[in-house]
Amino acid sequence: MKHIAKIMAFFMAVTAVWISLLQTAMISQSHTWLLPLYFIVSLGCYGLLMVGVGLMQFPTCPQEAVLLQQDVIEAKQFLKHNGVDVGTD
Amino acid sequence: MAERHKYSIIVPTYNERLNIALIVFLVFKHIPDVDIEIIIVDDGSPDGTQDIVKQLQQVYGDDRILLRARPRKLGLGTAYIHGLKHASGNFVVIMDADLSHHPKYLPHFIKKQMESGADIVTGTRYVRGGGVHGWTLMRKLTSRGANVLAHTLLWPGVSDLTGSFRLYKKSVLEDIISSCVSEGYVFQMEMIVRASRKGYHIEEVPITFVDRVYGSSKLGGSEIVEYLKGLVYLLFTM
Repeated sequence: MKHIAKIMAFFMAVTAVWISLLQTAMISQSHTWLLPLYFIVSLGCYGLLMVGVGLMQFPTCPQEAVLLQQDVIEAKQFLKHNGVDVGTD
Repeated sequence: MAERHKYSIIVPTYNERLNIALIVFLVFKHIPDVDIEIIIVDDGSPDGTQDIVKQLQQVYGDDRILLRARPRKLGLGTAYIHGLKHASGNFVVIMDADLSHHPKYLPHFIKKQMESGADIVTGTRYVRGGGVHGWTLMRKLTSRGANVLAHTLLWPGVSDLTGSFRLYKKSVLEDIISSCVSEGYVFQMEMIVRASRKGYHIEEVPITFVDRVYGSSKLGGSEIVEYLKGLVYLLFTM
């Protein structure tokens, strides 16, 4: 099944539950009407949280730049010695 | 190990006269005992990249350094397809030519594939053991935001969707690439999402990514629009 179909099915199921809640009035009507809003806001907050957490934990590797410089020097030496032009770039 | 494995490394290049030489040296330094060929798909670089490739062929042999050039810039996806046509290995590695992908990770990719039997091994910058250097805070923010959005919408099964340092079984790459239509990094996303939807076994290895293109605005408004369009396309067609 296409991914979008799965998502649509999920939303239809959630909508069906929401409508049935409206009809049976298990929860008070005023709350039920606001449920979709709560859902969207929660989703937004979750998304922002994930972005924030991910940003704080973003893996960095400053030492790699140093290692790379060393590799470049080693490579240039070898290549020059073997006739490959690694002149100023 | 009964089977003999050969790895075809496809590197699309455009004006990478120095980097391609460095990459070739580093590849042979880190996997000296592996049967490999490096297929350089150069899109008519004006800086003499192809001359350097010919010099490299003198050093490493033209059976292991293949120059399969094209007349001008014709796009990344077609560069891989072009390289694939000339690949004689049973595995294909794709990597960038600007040295942001370090060949020292090639043994990790190979080992992971052999241990797990995966169809695809993809490098990820976003897990512990991996990482990025040279990105501004803004760049990290957009990257993280894009990632969260893509994961929420697509459930892709991999942590780094836009990465382009990957090892594929050749048959798997041929299968996926023929159905991809996007360009640029959306193309990379499309490849991995398609693979995931088709049920291919995908493993990840952490990689570090040193961005050497300092100061160039690789992420402008139009890039973001392209990304969002790509996401919507993937959302509705996968």
